[in-house]
Amino acid sequence: MNGGKPAAFDSVAAFFAQALAIEVEAAERYTLLADQMEVHNNKEIAAIFLKMAAIESEHRREIVRRAGDTLPTGIPADVSWTNPDGPEAIAFEDVHYLMTPRQALLLARFNEERAARYFESIAASATDPRISAFAAEMATDERLHVSWVDQWLETFAADELDRADDPDPPVYSE
Amino acid sequence: MNMIPATAPAFKPADYKSSVKPVWCPGCGDHSVLLSFQRALAELALPPEQVAIVSGIGCSSRIPAYTNCYGFHGVHGRSLALASGLKVARPDLTVLVASGDGDGFSIGGNHLLHACRRNIDLTYIVMDNRIYGMTKGQPSPTTEPDWDTAISPGGTGLSPFHPLVIALASGANFIARGFAGNIGGCAKLIAEAVRTPGFSFVQILSPCVTFRPDQQRGWKDLVHPAAVPETDDPARAARRLMTDDGFNIGVLYRGKREPYQPAPKAYLAPSHLEAEFAL
Amino acid sequence: MNRPASLSIALTGSGGAGVMTAGQTLLDAATSSGLYGLMTRSTGPQIRGGEAAAMIRLSSHPVQSHGDRFDILLALDFDNVERFAEELPLDSESLIVADPAAGEMPAFLKASGAAIGLVPMAQLAKSIAGSRISMVALGILARIIGLPESAVIAAVAESIGRKKPEALAASEKAVMAGSAAAPEVNVPKLALPHTPRAGRWSITGNEAAAFGALKGGVKFVAGYPITPATEILEWMAAALPQCGGVLVQAEDELASINMIIGASFGGAPSLTATAGPGLSLMTEAIGLAVASEIPLVIVDVMRSGPSTGIATKSEQSDLNIAVYGLHGDAPHVVTAPLSVADCLLTAQWSVHLAETLQTPVIMLSDQSLGQARVVIDRPGDLAFATQRLAPEAASVGYARYATTESGISAMSVPGFPGGQYTADGLTHNARGTPTSQAKDHVAQLDKRQRKLDSFDFGAHWAEIDGEGELAVLTWGSSTEPLREAIAEARAGGTDVKLIALRLIAPAQPGRLTAALAGVKRVIVLEQSHSGQFWRYLRAHYDLPKDAIPIHCPGPLPIRPGEILTYIQQGVPA
Ligand SMILES: Cc1ncc(C[n+]2csc(CCOP(=O)(O)OP(=O)(O)O)c2C)c(N)n1
Ligand code: SF4
Ligand SMILES: [Mg+2]
Repeated sequence: MNGGKPAAFDSVAAFFAQALAIEVEAAERYTLLADQMEVHNNKEIAAIFLKMAAIESEHRREIVRRAGDTLPTGIPADVSWTNPDGPEAIAFEDVHYLMTPRQALLLARFNEERAARYFESIAASATDPRISAFAAEMATDERLHVSWVDQWLETFAADELDRADDPDPPVYSE
Repeated sequence: MNMIPATAPAFKPADYKSSVKPVWCPGCGDHSVLLSFQRALAELALPPEQVAIVSGIGCSSRIPAYTNCYGFHGVHGRSLALASGLKVARPDLTVLVASGDGDGFSIGGNHLLHACRRNIDLTYIVMDNRIYGMTKGQPSPTTEPDWDTAISPGGTGLSPFHPLVIALASGANFIARGFAGNIGGCAKLIAEAVRTPGFSFVQILSPCVTFRPDQQRGWKDLVHPAAVPETDDPARAARRLMTDDGFNIGVLYRGKREPYQPAPKAYLAPSHLEAEFAL
Repeated sequence: MNRPASLSIALTGSGGAGVMTAGQTLLDAATSSGLYGLMTRSTGPQIRGGEAAAMIRLSSHPVQSHGDRFDILLALDFDNVERFAEELPLDSESLIVADPAAGEMPAFLKASGAAIGLVPMAQLAKSIAGSRISMVALGILARIIGLPESAVIAAVAESIGRKKPEALAASEKAVMAGSAAAPEVNVPKLALPHTPRAGRWSITGNEAAAFGALKGGVKFVAGYPITPATEILEWMAAALPQCGGVLVQAEDELASINMIIGASFGGAPSLTATAGPGLSLMTEAIGLAVASEIPLVIVDVMRSGPSTGIATKSEQSDLNIAVYGLHGDAPHVVTAPLSVADCLLTAQWSVHLAETLQTPVIMLSDQSLGQARVVIDRPGDLAFATQRLAPEAASVGYARYATTESGISAMSVPGFPGGQYTADGLTHNARGTPTSQAKDHVAQLDKRQRKLDSFDFGAHWAEIDGEGELAVLTWGSSTEPLREAIAEARAGGTDVKLIALRLIAPAQPGRLTAALAGVKRVIVLEQSHSGQFWRYLRAHYDLPKDAIPIHCPGPLPIRPGEILTYIQQGVPA
């Protein structure tokens, strides 16, 4: 398990608050990565990350809808992962400005897959059946995201570009 | 871990984000450190206008403009001096200092000693990538002796500098090490550093994807949480820091020194002092 | 030569003989008798115990610089006194008072042709238990120049009496013994004005600069000790906390300049004081203050350079670094006090300029001003409407570096909501965001230049006195000896115009052209080896064709008589 231990939630609300936090962070991270790519003129990857950010934002709204009165504040939990990142957030150090669409999508896939496994493990271990049910729904959503990314991946040929092949040396200097 | 906040926090990390987009390479650890800054400030619930972030020159020193706080991007190596003046003149502000291993340990090395000794209530965050990122990959005081670069073919052959040991010996009151990839963990360290009065020094291992690609995955595997809790005993801390592998993460020392904060004694109009010249 | 009614007295002796204290006591006694005065010091290279000279000039009119010669040299001994030969011009009208036990009189003293009065000072002092040779000397000098012994005794009581009342009786005896033993000589006695000295001040240039800065509103000082600027820091260390400010001793000048940048960014009007070596270290950060538009005052108390040079001696040779020392196009302000007393006004004005124009101001004082003590009439009070332009209210999209018509843009201070910005030495746009666009670079260069170009520096830019076809143009500490020379020239029927620049940069060509109306001939006077001021003027001003430079390096002061010769006889090619 890569993204933190499945938690023992003491209420359904607590579960929703955490699920919400995961999605908020995932959306934020994809947006920041899109910004980075845009600054470095890799528009293709910026577009991929923006689209992923949109998916995560929609997922966030969906959770708020599903939670309904269970989470009246609609405020995400204040989570701090014991491992470096949350289950669905791409680590900043995993990207490169010359990354290819395939590399970006494989990263996204890795994260969606990790999130799916995270929610699956909660569904299996939660004592509260309502939490199990909601976690199972979340896991299904994440699996759906994985399948979208897979479909998307098929549109790109295998292209593994070696980063060391960068013909342009770094330039900026103060 | 599973707390449900009843009310929205006073500040969200995004409240500390500016509209300026970072120029750092995608993959650079400094992106994570920026997020840690924002989370720490949100955790501390400090209004952005009450916070000043001061830096020198280097990739890492670019951080102030990416926040929505007051910032000063000064000259290479002098951030601690600038921040010291600011904090002494404005003790009401929360002053953070951002630096790199070249900025902080090489050109600014002397200021580090004296900032630790003075123990002004500052939080000093050094993004250590063991390289000069901004000037394209020269060795810094923390670079390994055999790291090959254009300016030091075959490596410098010099033993690296131990910033935390030096900080302790010079009088820093709080010493911690973090790893950029652990955004939440670094945010907690920064928040703790701010909360602890006096001079707080946080070394954040922040990989340089461009000139130290080895760090990118390597450090993730090497870092580990400190096995023993923090100490307030400088002698124990010294032993611990001297023998540590450089990848020990957490609060390593927290002392009890009183911060230095000279204060005015009176608020007389200068004309009151004229008598000393009068015959 | 018809000299002003003043007397110049030098007291020399080895360390431990009390030359400096005696000089100060003589000045105190003279000023309590209604005289004005000036005292400077000169010492050998020893850290302690070396030979020392106290040089005093007394007059019934205010005097702020030395004259051409000394009327009296009182040498307590001859140890290394020849070191002061060049600083102590003596002639056949001078008097040397020495101790016969001091041995063979050095050749330069004999060669001066001065009258010699021998008094066994050491022996007299020995005969009075608990007394000092310097007290005997004071008695001798009092008698020769016509000061009442009572005034000297009162001054002694002031300085030592409180600390050691038992020593007072012995000192009094020694003063009287000296007075009784004084040689009968023909030194013109000063007319004592008997005007009450109330309202007069005794102040050094460094104290005046510090006090002026405090009056200007300075609240933060950081500095690193350096001769001859340290007294500014030491005075401030005690005074500033009384007036709501603080001082920090920095680890070096790189730190002190950056500390004041930080404090000023935080809203505190800030100052540092240093000398040439420190200014050299500061230049990078001064450029940062120009680019990030941080108000600062840097007082450079110049000493003979380059490098460590002569730390205790004066020279006006930091003009180039002050004006041109910053890399890039970095418009800033350079000012210079025109006398010891003027250090007050110039420092106060410098703070005003820095705060108003949001730019660093380098004030070029020097050792001859900073470490000289003068007794002067209380300077008039000046009030400048000093204010940093601040944003009125939190506004969306606050632009710290807005390109306004005056070039001055509102500077917000941390704590002010909505005014957040990052001050940056990188080329930035109006919001402060780094940019490498040509249009932003030019817009900000223009803006910063416009601040100085469009500002009305007012009448303080220069002191202009008199009319004439000949003008002497000078700056800083060369002004006082020039004033004296010009007074002599006028007394002799030659009209000369004095133009002394208090504002070195930015240049004020329009103002100088107006000041030079009707002037046909110009002499440019300064104390530097290479003619830094002359070259600066040539670069920025139109001078009449007939313009001649006089530039001589330190460490010897420019003497009024030399200048008078140039005025009357022209400058040899
Ligand atoms: C006075 C001065 N000397 C040299 C430089 C060039 N310079 C800019 S950044 C830098 C080193 C930066 O290294 P570090 O502090 O480790 O920052 P990083 O880029 O690695 O984050 C140097 C030497 C400068 N800007 N100013
Ligand atoms: S050069 Fe290195 S330190 Fe600089 S931005 Fe790129 S990765 Fe970061
Ligand atoms: Mg570095």
